[in-house]
Amino acid sequence: MKAKLRFILAAGVLGLLMTGPFALTALLLLADAKEAERAAFAEFLLPRLPLGGLITLFGFIAGLALLRGLFQQYVHGLLRMAETLRLMLGANRNFRVAPAGPPEVRELARAANDLAQQRDELLNDVEAQIRQAKATVEDEKNRLAALMSELAMAVVVCNLDGRILLYNSRARLQFKALAQGPTSMSGGALIGLGRSIFSILERGQITHALENIQQRLRKGSAEPTANFITTTRGGALLRAQMAPVLGSAERAEKVGIPPTPPAKQGGDEVSGQAIPAQDQTKAPTMLGAEQQVTGYVLTIENITRSFEREAERDQALQTLTDGNRAALGNIRAAVETLIDSPEMEADTRERFMRVIADEASTMSERLETTMSRFADSLKTRWPLEDVLAVDIVAAAARRIDDRLHLPIKHEDQDASLWMRVDSFALIQAITFLAARLQDHYAIRELRLRLAAEGRMVFVDLIWSGTPVSSETLYTWELEPMNVGAETSPLTLRDVVDRHGGEIWYQRDKAAHNAFFRIVLPAAATPEAQAGDQAQHLRSDSRPEYYDFDLFAARDAEGSGIDPDRRLTDLAYSVFDTETTGLEPSNGDEIIQMGAVRIVNNRLLRQEIFDQLVDPAIPLKPEGIPIHGITEAMVNGQPRLDVVLPAFHEFCAETVLVAHNAAFDMRFFQLKEDSLGVRFTQPVLDTLLLSAVIHPNQESHRLESIAERLGINVIGRHTALGDAYVTGEVFLKMIPLLADMGIVTLRQALDAAQQTYFARIKY
Amino acid sequence: MSHRILIVDDEPNIVISLEYLMKKEGFQVVVATNGDAALEQASAFLPELILLDVMMPKKSGFEVCQALRANPALTGVKIIMLTAKGRETEVTKGLALGADAYITKPFSTKDLVLQIKSMLA
Repeated sequence: MKAKLRFILAAGVLGLLMTGPFALTALLLLADAKEAERAAFAEFLLPRLPLGGLITLFGFIAGLALLRGLFQQYVHGLLRMAETLRLMLGANRNFRVAPAGPPEVRELARAANDLAQQRDELLNDVEAQIRQAKATVEDEKNRLAALMSELAMAVVVCNLDGRILLYNSRARLQFKALAQGPTSMSGGALIGLGRSIFSILERGQITHALENIQQRLRKGSAEPTANFITTTRGGALLRAQMAPVLGSAERAEKVGIPPTPPAKQGGDEVSGQAIPAQDQTKAPTMLGAEQQVTGYVLTIENITRSFEREAERDQALQTLTDGNRAALGNIRAAVETLIDSPEMEADTRERFMRVIADEASTMSERLETTMSRFADSLKTRWPLEDVLAVDIVAAAARRIDDRLHLPIKHEDQDASLWMRVDSFALIQAITFLAARLQDHYAIRELRLRLAAEGRMVFVDLIWSGTPVSSETLYTWELEPMNVGAETSPLTLRDVVDRHGGEIWYQRDKAAHNAFFRIVLPAAATPEAQAGDQAQHLRSDSRPEYYDFDLFAARDAEGSGIDPDRRLTDLAYSVFDTETTGLEPSNGDEIIQMGAVRIVNNRLLRQEIFDQLVDPAIPLKPEGIPIHGITEAMVNGQPRLDVVLPAFHEFCAETVLVAHNAAFDMRFFQLKEDSLGVRFTQPVLDTLLLSAVIHPNQESHRLESIAERLGINVIGRHTALGDAYVTGEVFLKMIPLLADMGIVTLRQALDAAQQTYFARIKY
Repeated sequence: MSHRILIVDDEPNIVISLEYLMKKEGFQVVVATNGDAALEQASAFLPELILLDVMMPKKSGFEVCQALRANPALTGVKIIMLTAKGRETEVTKGLALGADAYITKPFSTKDLVLQIKSMLA
């Protein structure tokens, strides 16, 4: 607008300058002329005036058209080019100006492109060097992350505000399994980078453990760890160990950890219910000049099952002792009275006898019921692990060959079988049996076979020739398993019992052989889990389950969203919805919701929300080609009354980002009252932000923006796919906004509100 | 003059032995099978010694013991608590609440009689 005005003004002045002298001359001549000359001139001029006027008008129009063309080509064209040049400067380096318009502008575009080319080569060079320098560090970080993800224990690292900086896949799986109700839908959304650990574990307990550690540190303890047991909202029992992450005070300062939180403290206090606890986590972190606690590592183990088992065992023990104590007391008193009272009359004696019989039978009954009720928990107190059955058999074969020099053959081994066993004891047992067979029956070869039936795995030791009497196995079962110089306190029976298994001897007359069969419990093939982990490790990009930069981040979550924070420091939930149609007020419904998180300026592709929704109304046929969602896909999916609260929880304490957010927000708004879910956080719209950044571009569709900013669009028109694209677009926009002086959330919200598109209502 | 003993236990199978043993020693014996009856009997019969079971339905032996000790008419009465639970904490609790002795089942009848005699002496 400004440029246009200036141009029009300039054209006007130019026109005046060019026509002015001519008009002035004419006026002077007119003033100088005599009366008769004037009349003659008028007489000559008047009849020809319409033609002259027409020609002048034509000239004027032609001039205007020329001016307009010049404006379009030289002013507007240059402005548009300037915008694209800015784009090349920041967001999309590979973008090039398309040479268009008059030759001079085209030449300028070509020169700019050449310049960009030169700059790109330089930049690439520099980047390559930086990459090389960073590669080792990144490698190490990735190796650490990969190691963490492989750990069998759940590991979570937090900064002092309880924000999660790292978690491994076991932690994700564990908390996913623990998640209850709506949370379970977001795939264990409770755990995520930048999220608060306090949504999983109780704040007071963490604070207390941290205090313990700090006390121990002050006393100079070498291993300042703290242990605690806690219950989750779902009632599961967790055992956690906390170890501090120590950093030098100097470094802590460098990364920007202020010694005391500044003025924002007030904001903290409003929302946190446990203010003193929070303050304590922050305050006593100074431990002399060198060592300062900057965070902590939590290793978390779900002990619900083992605890239940232990509790059952305790209960069994208690039932047996306390329950029988009374009965035994009654019997003893009666018996002793009987013995000491020979004078007792017959019918009194009879009553005493009945008491004894009565109590004795009560005792045996109790014993029976207790044993049968707790049999399982009494059996499984050995540390059994899931192993591949063929691995055990192979290990046993190696051992037998090594110790006994007895040839082993493998027969029909099902390689897919998993067992739950104490592998060392089991290998010992197999070796022991082989040794006995060799010593007593001089067998020259042993064959090992693996088979399965139902939830059992059979390990067979087969030999030809001499049959064994079944008594022999009974004797062997009860001997300690000594092989050569190796001794063991266990017997074969112990090992079998410890697995809740069985062993027997069998003859196969038809095949002229005999075998021992050990029956062991089968284990579920742990494929699902392995697959999940493999997926994490395949990813070439930087793993997204850690972000140590968050050590330095100060509390944003838990204290609401401060509009004066920088856009780069905030956590976002970028989302998109697919709907039955475009009119929320006319009964259209949400059929899919997808969201992805941005924390610390990174798109966290693992921390997502992806859910189909049953709209409870028929889908419109014209919509299906667009979103690709059919009736069959939404049938049986949860309704919005479940999904929206889950989504609300997923987005808690983050800024919402969407493309054309007004449309999606209208859907939410219409459901606010009926579902009781209110989205009160600030909302940023990439459509409006695009209009802020590129007011002269014609299209602000997501595809066009993505193309402008150099983002590959994959999987468009699924809610999650669009959320990914929107998230990437938004991340590219942040530096462009900063170039325009839009740095904080408040500035971004204000700028977006002033664009033309902000006036569209749904 | 024979001593008065109150036996408080809801289990007939132990009451039969205790009652027989006490009578054999020549004591006057009254039996109560629950806590409330025990408190009534104690006020009416004014025993010198009470054998009190801990595990009883409704009012536990601990409650009865406390109520007995709160009754000024019964000062000086000896209380022996009998229990089928042998936890140390429970023994401490019984003694703290005013029991003179705490005996866990199974117990030796000879020892019990000896202890009662010595307490009444």
